[in-house]
Amino acid sequence: MPASRQFLCRTPSSHPGRSPLTPPPRFQAPAPPSSRPSGQGRGPFNGAGGAGRGSAAAPPIGRPAPRAFSAARGAGEERRAARPPIGRRGAACAAPLSARSGGCGPGGGGRGCMAAADGLQFPEFADAASLLAANPDATTISIEEPADGTKSQRGRPQEPGREEDDELLGTDDSDKTELLAGQKKSAPFWTFEYYQTFFDVDTYQVLDRIKGSVFPVPGRNFVRLYIRSNPDLYGPFWICTTLVFAIAVSGNLSNFFIHLGKPTYHYVPEFRKVSIAATTIFAYAWLVPLALWGFLMWRNSKVMNIVSYSFLEIVCVYGYSLFVYIPTAILWIIPQKVVRWVLVMFSLCLSGSVLVMTFWPAVRDDNRRIALATVGAIILLHALLSVGCLAYFFDAPEVDFPVPIVPAHNGTTLIKAQ
Amino acid sequence: MAAAEGGGAGAAAGPLFAGLADVSISEDIPVEGEISVPVGSHSPDEDYSTLDEPVKDTIMRDLKAVGKKFVHVMYPKKSSALLRDWDLWGPLVLCVSLALMLQGGSADSKEDGGPQFAEVFVIIWFGAVVITLNSKLLGGTISFFQSLCVLGYCVLPLTVAMLVCRLVLLAGSGTVSFIVRLIVVMAMFGWSTLASTAFLADSQPPNRKALVVYPIFLFYFVISWMILTFTPQ
Repeated sequence: MPASRQFLCRTPSSHPGRSPLTPPPRFQAPAPPSSRPSGQGRGPFNGAGGAGRGSAAAPPIGRPAPRAFSAARGAGEERRAARPPIGRRGAACAAPLSARSGGCGPGGGGRGCMAAADGLQFPEFADAASLLAANPDATTISIEEPADGTKSQRGRPQEPGREEDDELLGTDDSDKTELLAGQKKSAPFWTFEYYQTFFDVDTYQVLDRIKGSVFPVPGRNFVRLYIRSNPDLYGPFWICTTLVFAIAVSGNLSNFFIHLGKPTYHYVPEFRKVSIAATTIFAYAWLVPLALWGFLMWRNSKVMNIVSYSFLEIVCVYGYSLFVYIPTAILWIIPQKVVRWVLVMFSLCLSGSVLVMTFWPAVRDDNRRIALATVGAIILLHALLSVGCLAYFFDAPEVDFPVPIVPAHNGTTLIKAQ
Repeated sequence: MAAAEGGGAGAAAGPLFAGLADVSISEDIPVEGEISVPVGSHSPDEDYSTLDEPVKDTIMRDLKAVGKKFVHVMYPKKSSALLRDWDLWGPLVLCVSLALMLQGGSADSKEDGGPQFAEVFVIIWFGAVVITLNSKLLGGTISFFQSLCVLGYCVLPLTVAMLVCRLVLLAGSGTVSFIVRLIVVMAMFGWSTLASTAFLADSQPPNRKALVVYPIFLFYFVISWMILTFTPQ
């Protein structure tokens, strides 16, 4: 017996053949006890007098089962035509006094309610079985209410073979195509609380995200795994700031060690480079996500089933992926070319893989060339950043092989400095 | 029904309040008395007018407050003097003196010198504002200016380190002096960070303390780096 919420709306005049259904009203004081079967509770969804009489107990409220309502034959049109506005009462469905959504008004949504012959009557909600038992000829329409409401509400068909991509795609919250994931940020943007929602992370969460960016698990999406629709601005901002100072300080130190011992070298702190580093890194960490987000939005409007991330999530991924450059910058102090380039490759692989694994599922469904071009552009920009920083902030290490001796004309030897 | 009830009540209450209809304040019932607002606790400044005191007293009072806070920073205990009576005079004095002492390190090349006065100023104040905003966004309960006050006052050990560095550099600029400077700056950096953490840590939510302390660490690290790399021309 499928349990469901059953609402019935009929006018007694249209069904002369049936027994008039006078439900035991909820709020009417003089209720004839004989019309109520004993042993039934007084819940608001109790069986209608006619339908529930002698049947099993009505289901409790709120069972998350398929909701079915039976539209009595012939009463359907009347009910639809006579679905009254809130204020109307009468031969048509009567709205209950309570504010429950099972009302007969426009918000009733097609559920029926018992009409009574006189005055204000209250709807009775019976389960489908009992109503069907009462009038087995009624046409029944069933609305399946999915147990897992979010997934099936998406219109996107889940193709076979993509189940393992659910973790990558994250179809549960991929519909956030607005600029910021708007579900929990409900404060208006001019209040302080709005910005506090971007800093709603704990220490262990930040550490987990950093760990996830340094040790990318192949096949797992950083956004799905770690961010989980709670993007924060703490990580990107402070990682970028630390990177700025790490690059500036390491560059300065490395230059100092390289040129140490030369008589003509005078150490300068090179403080200007801090502002240049800051501009570069913050521009990269904010403008490239903006461009990428705009591009993904544009492609999303053309190809419907591309998953899209919110702007903050892209900023988060980029910010956390820059973390691996901090130890790289410190290790770049070592004045060996080979070591430096190995470090470049290694860090590019690590942070690039985080980015690729995040964005490949987002562009995979698109045109093949565009997808490859997008991913290629992401990696290229990332590589450009690291190589550019290495070239600008770190002087080339001197190669120490013996300098060639050039014989001069007048016999003195000139040692040609490198 | 309500109206009828009101009417009935009115009719029933007639004899009770009959006199009210005839009350006119000025003639029948003399109203007199005293209305006195209880005077709240005056701050000690308002017991006597501070306009008449000599200027020296005014200045000395503020200087004493600043000096007391300096002492609290150098010996950080769990006192609330910095937090309760915050002021920004001390941070201003410290910032200006630090920026002035960091001058003279970049004479020749305009590009690769040390930080200019404006750069030091901006780094200290802007950095303190950013750290305060960060701690408030993470859910801290400290007020904006209290946090600025604490961060500014905790620059004091680094200013002392700058002074020591300049004196050491007067003696010479070799490796030994560098090591001495390194040790002094590192010690003062640790002192600054610990002092500010001691004052600020209580106002943070417990599971985010590290998130708040790290920017403070970075802030004082940058200032220490500027001090350590100072080379006079």
